[in-house]
Amino acid sequence: MTPFVTSLLGVVPAAAVVASLNWHTLFFLLFAALACGFAVAVAAADNIVRMALYLILSLGATAGLFFLAGAEFVGAMQLMIYVGGTLVLLVFGVMLTAQSPFVSMRSSAGDRVLAGVAAVALLAVLLQAAFSVESWRRPASGVVDQPAATPLGMALVGLRVDEPSAGAPVDAVRSGYLLPFEIVSIHLLVVLVGAAYLARAKRRKTPRSIEVVASVEPPASVAEHAAIGRDAGRRGSSVLTGGGA
Amino acid sequence: MVDFLITTVGLPPWLAWTAAAGLAAFLILNVIAGGALVFIWAERKIAARIQDRLGPTRTGGRFGWLQSLADGIKLLAKEDLMPEGADPLLFRIAPYVSFCASFCAFIALPFAFDFVGLRLNVAVFFVIAVLGLEVFGVILAGYASASKWSLFGAMREAAQVVSYEVPLGMCVVVPVMLAGSMDLVTIGEKQAGWFTNWFLFHDPFTFVIFWVYVTCAVASVNRAPFDLAEAESELVAGFHTEYSGLRWSFFFMAEYGSMFLVSALAAVLFMGGWNGPIPVAALLGLSEGTGDTAGYFVRLLGMVNLLGKATLGVLIMMWIRWTLPRLRIDQVMTTCLKYCTPIAAAMFAGAMLWQLALPGGLVAGLSRPSAHVREGWLQESGHGPAAALADPAGDMAGMGGSR
Repeated sequence: MTPFVTSLLGVVPAAAVVASLNWHTLFFLLFAALACGFAVAVAAADNIVRMALYLILSLGATAGLFFLAGAEFVGAMQLMIYVGGTLVLLVFGVMLTAQSPFVSMRSSAGDRVLAGVAAVALLAVLLQAAFSVESWRRPASGVVDQPAATPLGMALVGLRVDEPSAGAPVDAVRSGYLLPFEIVSIHLLVVLVGAAYLARAKRRKTPRSIEVVASVEPPASVAEHAAIGRDAGRRGSSVLTGGGA
Repeated sequence: MVDFLITTVGLPPWLAWTAAAGLAAFLILNVIAGGALVFIWAERKIAARIQDRLGPTRTGGRFGWLQSLADGIKLLAKEDLMPEGADPLLFRIAPYVSFCASFCAFIALPFAFDFVGLRLNVAVFFVIAVLGLEVFGVILAGYASASKWSLFGAMREAAQVVSYEVPLGMCVVVPVMLAGSMDLVTIGEKQAGWFTNWFLFHDPFTFVIFWVYVTCAVASVNRAPFDLAEAESELVAGFHTEYSGLRWSFFFMAEYGSMFLVSALAAVLFMGGWNGPIPVAALLGLSEGTGDTAGYFVRLLGMVNLLGKATLGVLIMMWIRWTLPRLRIDQVMTTCLKYCTPIAAAMFAGAMLWQLALPGGLVAGLSRPSAHVREGWLQESGHGPAAALADPAGDMAGMGGSR
């Protein structure tokens, strides 16, 4: 069996080429090309929903790069936060494009020039940084035996298990990243509460009579829904309930 | 398996890796597609029995076994229609987005000890993150169809999924906390033994949060009573109103795949995964960790266990669907924000306190002091390489001490 397979592969010249490829590099180039290509497509497209789709694909390809590098936690984070967060962008895109003026978003020539200058400047800096490294070296294998998310999580709750002194038990008092973590989470909580406060429906004194009036309204059309969505705070009704307060 | 292909079969490494990956993908694809065939037939029969009918009886013998296959052939032969005002690219791509999300989540799901497409260190997180992407297909379909029914369905779906990810994430965190790992294989291993070791019976809080998980899981895969995106009595068929033929069937495969996935995830997180209620193999003196034939058969038995539990979950979802009426969108939001989220948060805090006071569950926790356990845990983490050698899962050890 074994000699047969190897001889069969030897006959096909393509097999030798395939075997000599560095698959890691190949997949890196594939994902990088996808990410860059879809990023360009975001800028080139003029339909906002398609833009959101290309953005999702570009960010997804970036997550693929993280998985390729073995950073599973960062890759899953990328999927959850960035790709998942684009969902809201997509929803807003859908609500906006239900109205005809926003279906096609063409930016003016001046905007394009400005954006082009900014993009070229950033690209120049990044290229300079990338080529200023004398030699890209491969990561020495075995530096990290089993990349795990647990030390990261432990450090976030205040325990640094990644830098123990040799032989000594872990000093539980030594703080990790608990304080920055708490500050960030409190900040996010404040933002959430503020958003909920701003977006809340205005209280009415006689909710019963308002409900009756609202329920006899005909269902709003899609365009009206988009309008309701834009000034939901003023109208005080939900996009989803079809005009019912 | 790669080692087996290289050493025993004698394939060159690149072909061995490709073959191993292809085989895993093929098997997962068959779980989704074959599962969908069986579950659609089961759904017809269950719906019929609940409504006092017979369901399919003629196609392929007495019980209509071949009904799904006949449906599949019909769908293949159907004309592929697209509405005039549709966005062609997005309309075509949407079903595949849904299906790919459902398929990718299966990669990290263990079917038995070591029977996993890709053993990820953060498998729980990965599955939840990827499963959340399924909604993109629905929103794109709703938008691209240029139909009001579709758009209504898609917007409802978006609101529902964004809301239900919050309590679902909180429910999933509890087993992760109990196991001390986000690796699904490790979580399954920690529940080995009798069914009292299952996280479902770990403490009262996990028992409650399991039912919150069930509610959120049903909502996150859009099954009745949370099927507002389809809502056939109001929105014709919701987001897939304009779809027909094979594209429509991709949506259905994605839906049944997701149902199976959340059920299997519930089985791994709360119901012992591939460990049966009675540890038959352990009582017979067999171990699943060994590489010989006996270990292999124990793992196969484990896979039967897991598939059985996941199928049970899917059947319960069908039972719920044909029993309860659909909720309104405000009721759906109320269920999520006013009930599921606070209950999940309270149960999470409760499970955390319970774990501090009585780690290792009720029985084990009372029999040994808690401080000792915690110190031992830290000691183990500090001595990374030794702990990594002692524990093949080695999640706790991680990067500790290796620098």
